[in-house]
Amino acid sequence: MTDAAILSVEDLTIRFGAVTAVDGVSLAVAPGERVALLGHNGAGKSTLFKTVLGFLKPATGRLFIGGAVPGSDVARRAVSYLPEQVVFPKALTGAEVLTHFARLKGVAPKVALPLLETVGIADAAGRAVGTYSKGMRQRLGLAQALIGTPCLLLLDEPTSGLDPVSRREFYEVLEASARAGTAVLLSSHSLSEIENRIDRIAILAKGRLRAEGALADLSRRAGLPIRIRVEAAEGRVEAVQAHLGGERVNGRSVVVTCRAEDKVGALARLAELGSDVADIDIALPDLDDVYRHYSGVTAQGAHQ
Amino acid sequence: MTGLDRMAAVAATEFRLAFRNRWVLLSTLAFTLFALALAFLGSGPSGALKADALTLTAASLSTLTVYLVPLMALLVSYDSIAGEIERGTLALVLATPLKRGELVLTKFCGHLAVLTLAIAIGYGIAGAVIAGVHGATDAGLLAWGRLVATAVLLGAAFIALGMALSGLARQAGTAAALAIGAWLILVVLYDLALLGAVIVDQGGVFTKTMFPALVLANPGDAFRLYNLALIETNAPVAGLDGLARTLPFPVSSALVVLALWLFAGLAAAWALTRRIRP
Repeated sequence: MTDAAILSVEDLTIRFGAVTAVDGVSLAVAPGERVALLGHNGAGKSTLFKTVLGFLKPATGRLFIGGAVPGSDVARRAVSYLPEQVVFPKALTGAEVLTHFARLKGVAPKVALPLLETVGIADAAGRAVGTYSKGMRQRLGLAQALIGTPCLLLLDEPTSGLDPVSRREFYEVLEASARAGTAVLLSSHSLSEIENRIDRIAILAKGRLRAEGALADLSRRAGLPIRIRVEAAEGRVEAVQAHLGGERVNGRSVVVTCRAEDKVGALARLAELGSDVADIDIALPDLDDVYRHYSGVTAQGAHQ
Repeated sequence: MTGLDRMAAVAATEFRLAFRNRWVLLSTLAFTLFALALAFLGSGPSGALKADALTLTAASLSTLTVYLVPLMALLVSYDSIAGEIERGTLALVLATPLKRGELVLTKFCGHLAVLTLAIAIGYGIAGAVIAGVHGATDAGLLAWGRLVATAVLLGAAFIALGMALSGLARQAGTAAALAIGAWLILVVLYDLALLGAVIVDQGGVFTKTMFPALVLANPGDAFRLYNLALIETNAPVAGLDGLARTLPFPVSSALVVLALWLFAGLAAAWALTRRIRP
């Protein structure tokens, strides 16, 4: 919550009738910083975005964009938004859509049009949006959001439904914007998608902020176990389980979990079984496990 | 300055979209064809009167306009708010410095420009053809000009109504249904209900006091009464139109009614759009 933050959210709560969509969330985003908001559908991500845009009024708490109140002229000029699902009028060309939004934002269309080049759809500028692929429409949406070099980019699941190449290029554009000083706050379902492309993540579940920090830190703090799946030789599954402990998952396999530092010991015990073991498979916790750890398990823990 | 430019941008885009959707072409064609058909097939100049083809056609066209213009106006406007909610563009637009009041006003202006163009071209072509074939008098030109101007005002009132319904429904399908319903009630059923009441009442209190006011309160009837009352012909009038000759109000009150519908519609559209959380 430094004064330099372009977006500062302080103890924000938003209610729809009896439902609390966002519950006591505090978050700050500094200029040039890329922050990802992670959560399931209904975790409160879109609600938070809409509050930043001034569409929803907080029940309690405060929210400032560059020191200004959401929805004010200053805030509107500072923030650019790309919703998850946006369908631009099919009959307009890409250049016309961009010109339209440039004028809405008080930016000369001449200055805005090169953004089509930035997002890689300059060739299609004169074509009707109706002929665009999903990826091209999303790039047009991003170009729209980049008009006037905003201080804060709000992107609501911007890469859902994009192919991996488009997705990579999308994040490259974001990285360039962030280097130029734009703060990026985006939401996503998937942690693995944003690995190495984001400075910090914030995990939301049921409207509450469960975890916040750099991805590597969160991953270490989670301390998730390693799963070793051992397939026993014909008829030896009882012997394997007796030696290793763990859990039978079907007629022939046993699953053992251990902490990262106990991995070598577990493998040594496994080696003692010799020909009783037909095959082994080691699964390290991946990023989605980390995400599940914070959004699911901790969420239950917090309620108990 | 930027405020004006962003408002101009919204209106220009609305206009461009209507143009691209062949909407202008379609409605212009409809207006032209109906006007010409009335002039040459319907109650065109009868031998006895021989007076003024333009005036006579203006009289009969005012009846047709009551059906056609509101329909076109509702068709162009019903999608304006609800469609943008559904497509997700309303959130985008409202994230820019554009105010909601500005959005409603400029969308209205864009729609009205489209409808005005269609009416002006359609009735303009028809008027020119009639004047070319039958000649024109000053009175005829005046009647025609009045018809076109008040048709635009009638259209404006229904565009505002369509936008209010669009903001109320928030879904394009529902908005379309509401628009058709509004057209049916205001343009068709209202008159039938009033006529029925008059017949039941048999010249009683209702017919003498409430009936003229109720007729005038309807935007379509106000438009028709205004045009018919100012046309001095012996053209046959029937049904509610007979009231045009015996209206217990000054004729200009019809224009006031239309203006009230327009402002009420715009105010409702604005108020409903303000409540939307995109």
